[in-house]
Amino acid sequence: MKIYEMTYSEIETSKDIRPDEVLDAFYNRITDVEDKVKAFISIYERRENPKTKPKIIAVKDNILVEGKKTTCASKILESFIAPYDATVVGKLKENGFYIVGKTNMDEFAMGSSTENSAFFPTHNPWSISRVPGGSSGGSAAAVAAGEVPLALGSDTGGSIRQPAAFCGVVGFKPTYGLISRYGLVAFGSSLDQIGGFARSVEDVAKLSNIIAGKEDLDSTSLNNSVEDFTRLLKRPIKGLKIAIPREFMSNALDKGIKDQIEKTIYKVEDEGAVVEEVSMKMMDYATAIYYIIAPAEASSNLSRYDGVRYGLSKSDPSLKHQYMKTRDAGFGPEVKRRIMIGTFTLSAGYYEAYFEKAQRARTKLIKEFNDVFSKYDYIVGPTTPTVAFKIGEKVENPLQMYLQDIYTIPANLAGIPAISVPIGIVDGLPVGLQIMGKRFKDAEVLNLAYAVEQMVNFDYTGGMKKLDEGLGDEDEK
Amino acid sequence: MKMRNDYKIVIGLEIHAQLLTKTKMFCGCSTEYSFDDPNTNVCPVCMGMPGALPITNEQAIRFGVKAALALNCRVNLYSRFDRKNYFYPDLPKGYQISQYKYPLAEHGYLPIETPNGEKKVRIRRLHLEEDAGKLIHQSDKIDTAEYSLVDLNRAGIPLAEIVTEPDMASPREARIFMEKLRNILRYIDVCNGNLEEGSLRCDANISLVDPETGRSTPRIEVKNINSFKFVEHALEYEANRLRRFFEGDKDVVRETRGWDSKLQMTISQRGKEEENDYRYFPEPDIPPIVLREEFIEEIKGELPELPDAKKKRFMQMYNIPEYDASILVSSKELANFFEECCAKYDKPKIVSNWIMTEVLRELKERGVEINETKITSKHLVELLKEIDKGTISANTAKSVLERAFETGEMPNEIVEKQGLKQISNADEIRKIVQKVVEENPKVVAQYRGGKTKAMAFFIGQVMKVTRGKANPKMVNQLVKEALESPEE
Repeated sequence: MKIYEMTYSEIETSKDIRPDEVLDAFYNRITDVEDKVKAFISIYERRENPKTKPKIIAVKDNILVEGKKTTCASKILESFIAPYDATVVGKLKENGFYIVGKTNMDEFAMGSSTENSAFFPTHNPWSISRVPGGSSGGSAAAVAAGEVPLALGSDTGGSIRQPAAFCGVVGFKPTYGLISRYGLVAFGSSLDQIGGFARSVEDVAKLSNIIAGKEDLDSTSLNNSVEDFTRLLKRPIKGLKIAIPREFMSNALDKGIKDQIEKTIYKVEDEGAVVEEVSMKMMDYATAIYYIIAPAEASSNLSRYDGVRYGLSKSDPSLKHQYMKTRDAGFGPEVKRRIMIGTFTLSAGYYEAYFEKAQRARTKLIKEFNDVFSKYDYIVGPTTPTVAFKIGEKVENPLQMYLQDIYTIPANLAGIPAISVPIGIVDGLPVGLQIMGKRFKDAEVLNLAYAVEQMVNFDYTGGMKKLDEGLGDEDEK
Repeated sequence: MKMRNDYKIVIGLEIHAQLLTKTKMFCGCSTEYSFDDPNTNVCPVCMGMPGALPITNEQAIRFGVKAALALNCRVNLYSRFDRKNYFYPDLPKGYQISQYKYPLAEHGYLPIETPNGEKKVRIRRLHLEEDAGKLIHQSDKIDTAEYSLVDLNRAGIPLAEIVTEPDMASPREARIFMEKLRNILRYIDVCNGNLEEGSLRCDANISLVDPETGRSTPRIEVKNINSFKFVEHALEYEANRLRRFFEGDKDVVRETRGWDSKLQMTISQRGKEEENDYRYFPEPDIPPIVLREEFIEEIKGELPELPDAKKKRFMQMYNIPEYDASILVSSKELANFFEECCAKYDKPKIVSNWIMTEVLRELKERGVEINETKITSKHLVELLKEIDKGTISANTAKSVLERAFETGEMPNEIVEKQGLKQISNADEIRKIVQKVVEENPKVVAQYRGGKTKAMAFFIGQVMKVTRGKANPKMVNQLVKEALESPEE
């Protein structure tokens, strides 16, 4: 097995690999495949040979690394150098992690394909004519391509789980508040959550242990004692109760994915878990709720990019025109669209009809989750309605793009932990299973994810092999 | 048509008080910034850097609750921050974190003494928010400046915004309210109350109502009022201007106007149509503020004696008139000074007299509070005791006090150094009297001819010779004796 194919845990436990071999393996891999994948916005120069085995990781470019560019894949921050480390980055550094670079994303994390990057799209290693998903598409693709064993992403409506599903890797969004958002460029503050990508559930659990924990710089960081995310990994799943919402298995779901999900569920039942179908009516409203709340928060969060203190600045004798010129030149169409939606829904005369109503509906949705969780330990379903689509296929149709997140959005609205684990292949492309759990029951979620991973025995190196064989180009016209 | 002056004036105030916390509202930067170079008292949070998040300053909540209790408000157990969205270069995040829907406290009042008796001004709400930075325009006026510079040292300083009901019926009342509010905020140590420096700011809403028809003028918001004097002046100016509305003046429209203290007039700043839609919504980065009853009770227990209570106590305890008491409590420092003096000197009314005349005159001339001078209660007490002992006259004492304000020396030292000790030696004075009488035979004759007022001339002459040091009582007596004694 090549070093870059190994998981973080495998590298850590392997006794016959030298530190410089690890560094070489991943830097060489990046050199070999990055032209095709385009996962990174910045790649840091290889530093001198490390004394201990480097813990290689990539960081999404909306998380600040002191002294390095943090662009959010936006022209407005194209030359912005972060003045401080995000809390998670500080924790990585303290724990001896080696950050190789910053990954591509949809501008300000708005999108589901990484095509909204102001710089270039990222390609799916399984098929380079296809998108890696988004918005953390660069992180997912980098892990799938073997450029890194681990990566950080952020998930506001599915931005970790959806690209994880598309790229055949594990993507985990922990409970809202368990990981400090300090230094994560805000998109939808009540929804944003940092999480990890890896090629095994165990890796993602270990990474969560590093980056989680109550922190004083984020008031929404919760006062729960830091739990050990790995502690339940190997617990048998016999007797655990799993709900499958009917709404997640409807016609919107691709037939091939549905079959894969059902196949996996049978296996889970075989292990002694109790699986039942439930109805969650509020799930049909989740996307509508999300597309009011997230743009509203975003419209306010993005106000600071005004050309006054940092970032792109287009001067004009009139202050108003300075703002308009700067923001017109700095933001891409999707970001502008969401700023406009959010500004509208917060405006006098519309606030009650949109924002306040959405807030009430969100409360109702949380209640529905609580009801189901009073009887079940997990809610399980597909991560995405389709497999990875072609680059360019949906860019003209934002609504189609928004529907990519119908299954992932509810977990953000409820603030609950959710993970996507690859379970199989449809049309040569990976399929993800989504597992959601109760708030703070992150270890439980990882428990079921680990069990599923053992059952399906997914080949995480599939994407690398396709890339290497040049098969990634097979379906290009 | 003659200008009527029976229109009812309606004034409400919006006050911003900078809280005396150690650090800013949502970050660890210091609140002392006035001596710093621009943009040095800043951090990622108050600069609005990407990814930075606010952390609420607990001390600011404490101070907010304290102010609310002192203003008889109901403190809400649940309150929350909202974002007020607007673009301006002094606002780094493009929104101000404020409290909109659920303020920290509501439904208070503050009684004020008006010329027509006591009156309660209702407080609608008190909420917490963060201050903006400062713009420094390249020329005097924003519309002629080629560029403006932004200084964010002030950005994020905690503010309590206090909004009154429109309960003030004259510019005078508005001023009295502001003075009283400032006094209370200073008493409880939450704000230093300096209008000139902007640590206390006052915006006023004013309109006039015709009592006969009930017709009302548009409401005007007056900003930039940076002294107590200007509270009154700006509102008087504006009330006069508003009267023209009833004569059909079309220029009187709803707008925001700024007080120009140089021109002594208000100037239009912003019309109604330019009003912002602030798009308030709950601040997602900060959980709601949930207070416990015990917390509020604890702060209630920390409240010091407030001016009204102190005034009553002074009147009873020291047996001084209401007028004296209200002046003495008008500043916490002055009230403390008075009590310190009374603890060491048992004639409160005399202490009060000296404070209200000589001490206050000195303070006013210097523009300082008593605790900012070189004078302590020891100075005044020693001075009063010396007068009692007859070492110095009251008149001399005044100049000794002046000197003490200047140098901080103790009165005895000054008396000693300058040789101001009162001459109470009868023989010594008699000699001088004798000499003066001898030198002025004409005036003596006038006196003896019945012009008794001439006695003042002799007393004056004696004082002149002794440079005011002669014991006035003795001079009086000895002059009389000399003039009335039969000729030798």
